[in-house]
Amino acid sequence: MTTQTLLDAKGVWKSFDDHAVLRGLDLEVRLHQAVVLIGASGSGKSTLLRCINGLESVDAGSIILDGDIEVTDPSIDLDKIRRRIGIVFQSYNLFPHMTVIDNVMLSPRKVTKTPAGQARDEAMELLRRFGLETKADEYPDRLSGGQAQRVAIVRALAMQPELMLFDEITSALDPLLVGEVLDAVRELKLGGLTIVMATHEMGFAREVADRVCFLKEGIVLEEGPPEQVFGDPMHEQTREFLARVLG
Amino acid sequence: MTTTTPAPGSPVAYKDPVRQALARRKARRDAFVGMASLIGFTIVVAVLVSRTPGWPVVQETFFNPAEFKDTLPGLLEAFLLNVKIFLIAEPIILVFSLLIALTRTLQSPIFLPLRVLATIYVDVFRGVPTILVIFLLGFGVPALRLQGVPTNPVFWGTAALILSYSAYVAEVFRAGIGSVHPSQRMAARSLGLSTLQTNRYVVLPQAIRNVVPPLLNDFISLQKDTALVSVLGPIEVLRQAQIDASSTFNYTAYVAAACIFIALTIPMTRFADWVQARMSRRQRAGAVA
Repeated sequence: MTTQTLLDAKGVWKSFDDHAVLRGLDLEVRLHQAVVLIGASGSGKSTLLRCINGLESVDAGSIILDGDIEVTDPSIDLDKIRRRIGIVFQSYNLFPHMTVIDNVMLSPRKVTKTPAGQARDEAMELLRRFGLETKADEYPDRLSGGQAQRVAIVRALAMQPELMLFDEITSALDPLLVGEVLDAVRELKLGGLTIVMATHEMGFAREVADRVCFLKEGIVLEEGPPEQVFGDPMHEQTREFLARVLG
Repeated sequence: MTTTTPAPGSPVAYKDPVRQALARRKARRDAFVGMASLIGFTIVVAVLVSRTPGWPVVQETFFNPAEFKDTLPGLLEAFLLNVKIFLIAEPIILVFSLLIALTRTLQSPIFLPLRVLATIYVDVFRGVPTILVIFLLGFGVPALRLQGVPTNPVFWGTAALILSYSAYVAEVFRAGIGSVHPSQRMAARSLGLSTLQTNRYVVLPQAIRNVVPPLLNDFISLQKDTALVSVLGPIEVLRQAQIDASSTFNYTAYVAAACIFIALTIPMTRFADWVQARMSRRQRAGAVA
């Protein structure tokens, strides 16, 4: 492959108190790739995503963005990195005291100092792209879970990130609403955005992933193209996990 | 029965008229029983109190209509000073206590001295009774005879109320800041907002909204505690009542002063209840998101 590496995590360790969550994990993400993280709860998927944009500090190892920016360097200005990495959480985390459009406009206005008119136009454009233009002036408590999660995606996109992290974004949703959120992710993937996604939606992972990584006890135990990981896994533990989630 | 039950699945909100009539009758009966019980209770209490041996004297010295009418205008005039103290103290308390609360949430090690100062301030002024703070400031500072420092008791009384109440209100604000879920802070930081911007745009607006009911409660309390300034001598409503009472040996003026406070605090209390009810409704509506 000739495409450049956008994200390179090497030997990442992270523990909470005495509980080791990441145990020397390696992960490489290439530009325009969609990497899907699968694995049981507690295998380190969420923690890894939080370490990538510096919401959690790592205990050892390095995470390098774009070849030269070390996220894990304690002296680095994390605010600058976070502008380039978007993250969407399982629980949406919209700001309940702001309307949808204000949620979307907040960081362009305050972080990149985009003029109000331009920020509004760009926000409306994004909302339209995800079928949310009629919700612009609603407060988050008036949205369905699927709408709220799509707004959260739009809010992260408003900073024009180079890398998007999705942390089990459909796990809190009514099964009927999962589809509309996955459609949004699919659309981003087609647009060429680089994506790292933790999910339990195996069908979607199989369809959209360029690479699937199976996390087990804080390391990537097995990785490869989806056909291989789902179709002919090398490790017994991967096989067991898939047998359990696919029923 | 003249009405008929609509077919199952009909797109109407059907309510059984018989059951509704029963419910209406029960509501009327409940209202009647409640009212009768209240009136009966009031009569019993009134009869019992009026039959105590000392009642005629108490009625004469505390509930004298002529005395009430004579002292009320003077008391109302004196009460303006209480209102003035309240109106000056309240906004200053709000700003000052918010600053204290924010100082206590600062993370950076360079702010340690400020954090320590704010903590000591809150510990000390929450620990000392308000009336003592008023005494110490009102009599102590003017006694220093410093050049350019005011000696006006109203000034020092108000300052003491501000210092004492700010310590309490700062804790209310701090609790409000703590009540905003950490995931809100995390979401804001993940969008590239700095700590300061996160506080300004995401945490504080939600924190302040969460503490409006307890804040109103503290306002009501402050409203009453303006009477404590009377220990320094200025003629506010309680002082005026004392003067009236000691010149006629009739305590009706105290009751009149109490009525004035109640006339102001009851609307404030109802307002606080209304705000609280409205906010909890809104929170329930928002609990889904």
